[in-house]
Amino acid sequence: MTSFEAEQLEQRRKNPRLLSDDTTFAAGKIAFFQYLSVGVILFLIISFWDLQVRNPDFYSERAERNRIRSVPIPAARGKIYDRDGRIIVDNHSSFRVRLHRENLKLEHLKAIADGLNLDYEELYTKVKRFTSRPKYEAIMLKQDLTPGEVAFVDSHRGDNMLPELELIHGQQRLYPKGGITAHVIGYVGEVTETELNTPEFAKYTQGDIIGKTGIEREYNDTLMGTDGQQQWVVDNLGYLRYPVKDSKEAEPGKSLQLSIDLDIQMVAELAMADRRGAVVALDPRTGEVLAMVSRPAFDLNQFAGRIRASVWDGILNDPNKPMMNRAIQAQLSPGSTFKPISAIAGLETGEIDDNTRVHCSGGASYWGRYFHCHQRGGHGSMDLHRGMMQSCDTFFYAVGAKVGIERLSEYGDISGLGKKTGIDLPHEGSGLMPNSKWKIRTFRQKWFPGETISVVIGQGALTVTPLQLASSIGGLSMGGVFHKPHLIKDAKMPEPRMANWKRENVDRVVYGMYGVVNQGGTARSAAIPGIDMCGKTGTAQLASKELVDRNKQFADALKDNAWFVGFAPRKNPEIVVVALLENGEHGDRAAPIVRDLIKAYVDKKTAKATQKQFAEFVREMRGTFALFDMPIPFFGPLN
Amino acid sequence: MSSERSYRDFDWWLLAVSLVLCAIGVLQIYSATLDTKWRDAWWKQLIWIGISLVCMWLVMQVDYHTLLGQVPVAYSICVGLLFLTFAVGSYVFGSKRWIGYGWAKFQTSEFFKVVLVLLVARYLSELKTSHLELRDLARLVGLVGFPMLLVMMQPDLGTSLTYVPILAIGIFLAGLRWQHLLTIVGLAVVLLPASWFLLRDYQKSRIMTFIDPQHDAKGAGYQVIQSKIAIGSGGLWGQGATKGLQTQLRFLPVPHTDFVFSTFAEEHGFVGVSVVLVLFFLMLLQIVQNAQTAPDREGLYICMGVAALLLFHLLVNIGMVVGRMPVTGIPLPFLSSGGSNLMSIFILLGLVNNVRLRRFGN
Repeated sequence: MTSFEAEQLEQRRKNPRLLSDDTTFAAGKIAFFQYLSVGVILFLIISFWDLQVRNPDFYSERAERNRIRSVPIPAARGKIYDRDGRIIVDNHSSFRVRLHRENLKLEHLKAIADGLNLDYEELYTKVKRFTSRPKYEAIMLKQDLTPGEVAFVDSHRGDNMLPELELIHGQQRLYPKGGITAHVIGYVGEVTETELNTPEFAKYTQGDIIGKTGIEREYNDTLMGTDGQQQWVVDNLGYLRYPVKDSKEAEPGKSLQLSIDLDIQMVAELAMADRRGAVVALDPRTGEVLAMVSRPAFDLNQFAGRIRASVWDGILNDPNKPMMNRAIQAQLSPGSTFKPISAIAGLETGEIDDNTRVHCSGGASYWGRYFHCHQRGGHGSMDLHRGMMQSCDTFFYAVGAKVGIERLSEYGDISGLGKKTGIDLPHEGSGLMPNSKWKIRTFRQKWFPGETISVVIGQGALTVTPLQLASSIGGLSMGGVFHKPHLIKDAKMPEPRMANWKRENVDRVVYGMYGVVNQGGTARSAAIPGIDMCGKTGTAQLASKELVDRNKQFADALKDNAWFVGFAPRKNPEIVVVALLENGEHGDRAAPIVRDLIKAYVDKKTAKATQKQFAEFVREMRGTFALFDMPIPFFGPLN
Repeated sequence: MSSERSYRDFDWWLLAVSLVLCAIGVLQIYSATLDTKWRDAWWKQLIWIGISLVCMWLVMQVDYHTLLGQVPVAYSICVGLLFLTFAVGSYVFGSKRWIGYGWAKFQTSEFFKVVLVLLVARYLSELKTSHLELRDLARLVGLVGFPMLLVMMQPDLGTSLTYVPILAIGIFLAGLRWQHLLTIVGLAVVLLPASWFLLRDYQKSRIMTFIDPQHDAKGAGYQVIQSKIAIGSGGLWGQGATKGLQTQLRFLPVPHTDFVFSTFAEEHGFVGVSVVLVLFFLMLLQIVQNAQTAPDREGLYICMGVAALLLFHLLVNIGMVVGRMPVTGIPLPFLSSGGSNLMSIFILLGLVNNVRLRRFGN
């Protein structure tokens, strides 16, 4: 042992702490720890390998879903033009607001309802109703926001505000003011949940704006277009950060050109003023509707976006039913306007001819019952022409007695009465052309011959819509060619329905209608110099005189309906017009409306012809000037 | 004594690796908090790194034997501070963990780690037996278990769990009789299910979501799901710094603290992750090497305690962000934003260096 080692031993004995200096005891355990470290690091690396390298697609896809949100780009609805290409329905820019439910806080609903002028209870139940639906489905809260509401949404975008709200820029319908063309065009609205459950609307989704009535509904698929989608990157709070390139443009709806002529339509609107009733103008050569008015009307713009409940209730509960399109839905007795059909039935069956004479002493008895003529004093001796002119009921009673209800209803049927015309508008009324079969089917009773006497003058169970009447009289004026009425200009239509009527019989009836206006008949006030317009008045009783006398308090509501149907020109007619004034008392009150429309039509045609001539003249003159290399003088606008 | 120390003996490797990790942390905190209310967290972190380096240097100056001598005092002070935290601590996310005001807020529970490393080292190296006697074991478990219980009651389950590896490595090194080991395992099997009833609701739901993250996808499971999505969408190479969409679109709540590593994984991919894990591994090896060359048992216990603590942090934090461990709220050393944790880990590195500098002391 060296002195150094001895010294060390000595030192260790003195200092007990040095006994613990031996650290070799732990060598194996430290090695174990090292292996443990390797194990832990490997375990972690493998975990990352699993997520990042083995199936990264799974997670990138989920990351995508995390942060991409589709925001709809509303497609503008197609515009609607009149037959000359003038705009009837346009769009204007507007905002709507959606509610996102991914980060919805229910306690925000109160503030949202206040800011957007919504009913809190309604909003709350709406949100509750959606709880079963997938979270990513947003709720459409309100359309066509006011500037104040837009500002409300816009100013609550920041942190701890209302991130649930999403402003969407879109297009809103802009309709003619004051109810012009209201019933034809119809209005749009958000598809309701009840509608979504019906097959017709099943293809739409919540928040879609669809046509509810009129053309808007009938041609919804054409007009609606397809909404686009803009993909946005959102953060965890749902704020839109920036758009992604991958987006789908909105496909705007296609526009429609109606057969409506705004000039004639406006004349009809003005002529009706605020009287209850309807006007329909058709081109009998094609069945195109030139004008269609129903009164009372409503302002479509009130329906376009947000309709206030009070307005809606007012319209719904109005006893005058402004929502009803009387032109196709009012099913009323046509009164004497039916007589041309009765006349053609009498002539075609051979029961009457030019020589048929009936003496009118103010009425006649049939099957033990006395039927009054509207002229209690009697018309005297009547033939077909004068019977039509004076609208003598007694003459037509005789016609009805001879023809009988079966044959009469056949002629009514081929004229298009008692069934829908098939016009491209929803909810058309079918009217009723009664016969014995109908009577038995409906009332389990046989037909009383006396009922025929009522039907032949357009009373009894017979009802028509103004459109039906226009279509049938228009078809008669064409010699028995009935085109299906429609509202789209130059639409491809099926072959017209043909009645195999003798030309001379049709001419006899038309001549009678000519007399009504131009030979001192019941509508002489409607005559227009230079225009050979034909027509027929109708005064349809709602109740017998005795009944009216007994119920004075309903006198106004029981006043007769006034009808007039007219067409022009007499040969090769181009326009047929029906005017109905409910409780208008007498048909000659309706006649001036028809007169105004026909005059407007003819004037416009004349003006167009003159313009065309002038344009041709100018073109010729230009050619002449050019020929001689002279400066071309200004001749005013062409076309 | 100071003549024996030389800065050539200082563990420059350890410092280098830790500084690289800190740099990665600062950059990642910057990227993850861009445009958020924590956008100044990165320079706060820089300041904390400076403070921590100073602390590390200070800890190296005093011989660790001297420090071991002060363990009873430090232990008492820390327990006192824990009680004080209950009295005057401020609430953050529903628990009282912090004392102090404003900038000077710190987590007593973090510094307790340092005290516990020293305590275990001193207690075990004073034993003369080749195996731990049951009596000594019980005393040690009691000494560590008491503050652990206090921290658990803050409630801060995560930090209290970090005391376990310090205790466990000590017992493991000191040598446990296999009968005792069996008893402990047996007790754990019986007590762990029982402890379910002692857990708070949020802790239960964290464990539930660990088993099935979709169980509460919008609540407790949200972080784990979003973290996994973020990591997964990082792919092999990552989406690039400040380009991680999960991170930048704030799908990860509080992205700069416990979940900072998932934002890192999203932006730097598997390659970046591997680099960081290798760096941590190098650091572990370096600390263990210091343990092997320690001049005495105390030094060995200190170094191994630090190594075990670090390994535990890695396993639990990174395991959590990849969805392999329940959410416990344990930060990732060097990378997570937060001063207390950074300071405690650098103080612990200071202790390791302290041991290293005195390895030729005898």
